[in-house]
Amino acid sequence: MKGPFKVVDRAKRFIKKEKQNFKNDNKWAYIFSFPYLSLFTIFIIIPVVIAILLSFTRFDMVGRPVWVWFDNYIYLLTSDEEFMKSIIPNTIKFALITGPIGYALSFLLAWLLAQIPHKVRTIMAVIIYSPSLTAGITMSVVWKIIFSGDHNGYLNSLLLRLGLIVEPIQFLQSTDYLFTIMVIVTLWSSMGVGFLAMLAGILNIEPELYEAAYIDGMKSRFQEIFYITIPSMKPQMLFGAVMTIIGSFSAGGIGVALSGQNPTPQYAGSLVLNHIEDYGFIRYDMGIAATLSVILLLIIYVFHKLAAKLFREKD
Amino acid sequence: MARFSAIKINPTRYSIRQWPFYAILIPICIFMLLPLIYVFNHALKPFDELIKYPPTFFVEKPTLDNFAELFKHTSTSSVPVSRYLFNSIIITICVLVSSLFVSTMAGFALSKLRFHIKGIIFEINTIALMFVGVAVGIPRYLVIERLGLIDNFLVHIIPGLAVPVGLFLIKQFIDQIPNDLIEAARLDGASDFKVYLRVILPLIKPAISTVAILTFQTIWNDAGTSNLYINNESLRTFAFYISTLAGNANIVAGQSLSAVSTLIMFIPNLVIFIFLQAQVMSTMAHSGMK
Repeated sequence: MKGPFKVVDRAKRFIKKEKQNFKNDNKWAYIFSFPYLSLFTIFIIIPVVIAILLSFTRFDMVGRPVWVWFDNYIYLLTSDEEFMKSIIPNTIKFALITGPIGYALSFLLAWLLAQIPHKVRTIMAVIIYSPSLTAGITMSVVWKIIFSGDHNGYLNSLLLRLGLIVEPIQFLQSTDYLFTIMVIVTLWSSMGVGFLAMLAGILNIEPELYEAAYIDGMKSRFQEIFYITIPSMKPQMLFGAVMTIIGSFSAGGIGVALSGQNPTPQYAGSLVLNHIEDYGFIRYDMGIAATLSVILLLIIYVFHKLAAKLFREKD
Repeated sequence: MARFSAIKINPTRYSIRQWPFYAILIPICIFMLLPLIYVFNHALKPFDELIKYPPTFFVEKPTLDNFAELFKHTSTSSVPVSRYLFNSIIITICVLVSSLFVSTMAGFALSKLRFHIKGIIFEINTIALMFVGVAVGIPRYLVIERLGLIDNFLVHIIPGLAVPVGLFLIKQFIDQIPNDLIEAARLDGASDFKVYLRVILPLIKPAISTVAILTFQTIWNDAGTSNLYINNESLRTFAFYISTLAGNANIVAGQSLSAVSTLIMFIPNLVIFIFLQAQVMSTMAHSGMK
């Protein structure tokens, strides 16, 4: 009979300690953080909790949710043909291409920009950053015209005139091209906040560090990047990594926007997010949609942990 | 030593030795700019240039006809474009002002006040950075429905007020304000609220501008809210209107309209960023995750 009493005892001690802590707190802190915390709880925390709960139910928005334990997970892994054959491979492939390339590119561009004087650097930084301001969807109208499948599409007309093709290519409806175009468009608009953070990080490194390293016998710029630059800006590298991970996994609208249909032709450009929308807002199968959301959040979390392992500063 | 002075990060002077960097950067800048130049030219093309074959890249006789056309054009349910634009402007202003207060106040509490759960809150907030809005779209729909915000103008504003990235950047920025400064103000008899208003807010202007830009981008470009939560056409946003144009982009007239609207969406973003970029860079220097 000792067990339960121990738990009660521990709970009591915990409450007492919390009370003591609360007494020591500055009450203004609660007032100041109240608006943020309540909105944050209502619109971010509660939806995540609901998503986790719903993932264990069958729910069609009309009746009551029915508790089905892991049926949704099992269904997705075993019976949803598109999920295992297209959605998961597409999502992972898309993230593994746009993530590392986008990340390396933002570091490289930031590093190159740091080598030139302030004025030109600012102009170029604005130019490189500006595509990320277009937020994908609005700009996809323009990409649609450029990659349009008839003679009037810019790319088609250019290729026709150069004599490289005889028939216009249906870029956006073709299973061969859609994915590549999605990658290009995403990379084009991926030099966002993470890129700016890295640029600021590189510019903020003390020049003395480099000086000391050269006196100690550092020989090349290559060594400089790996021994001084990256280690000195680990926090910014991690911030950039997190932004890239979010960016590559949350890109979902782009394939649907480009091809004009969800699911995309033969699921060639469908990512987890499109699948969520497909189940949630087209088939009204909220249980499965929630399960997909949970899976997506788990994938993002794992990649975040990996990035943190790489860049977190060790005390 | 001579070797070192030749290769220097953040140089103050132009030098012929910098040419390799320009050689790589200039083509990249051109690639980044091409689609934007294209939109710009497309928006200014008169009708006969739009239907020309083969299509031209640069406009020959620029005209503002397309802009006039866009504002005369009304959507299928006869809501004028100016209404969408008006909605977007009101929403953006409301969200900007209120979300900045919400996140700077919370950032101040989490950074400088004695508050025993602040570590945990900040940790949860950092994890929440990753919770992509779209991924929890459906449960969020249920919450919003329960709150009675469907078809309510406030649905554009309230859910957008808590921005984890915003709180993150502001808190990191307040962290580097010396505590002595706050203690000095307290000794002079300032209450915590006065410290926030008179000491913190003026000192974190760069962070405020940065978060303002980021918030502006999300809100101004947001078509999803109108699509999911609003059925009344006259309460929808400009971004939503543009996303409906995307559907008929193959029609030539639709093309010019969408180019014009894309331009109208893009220009405010760009102008604001250019004005505030120095502030953004100084915030980003403190953006690190430790």
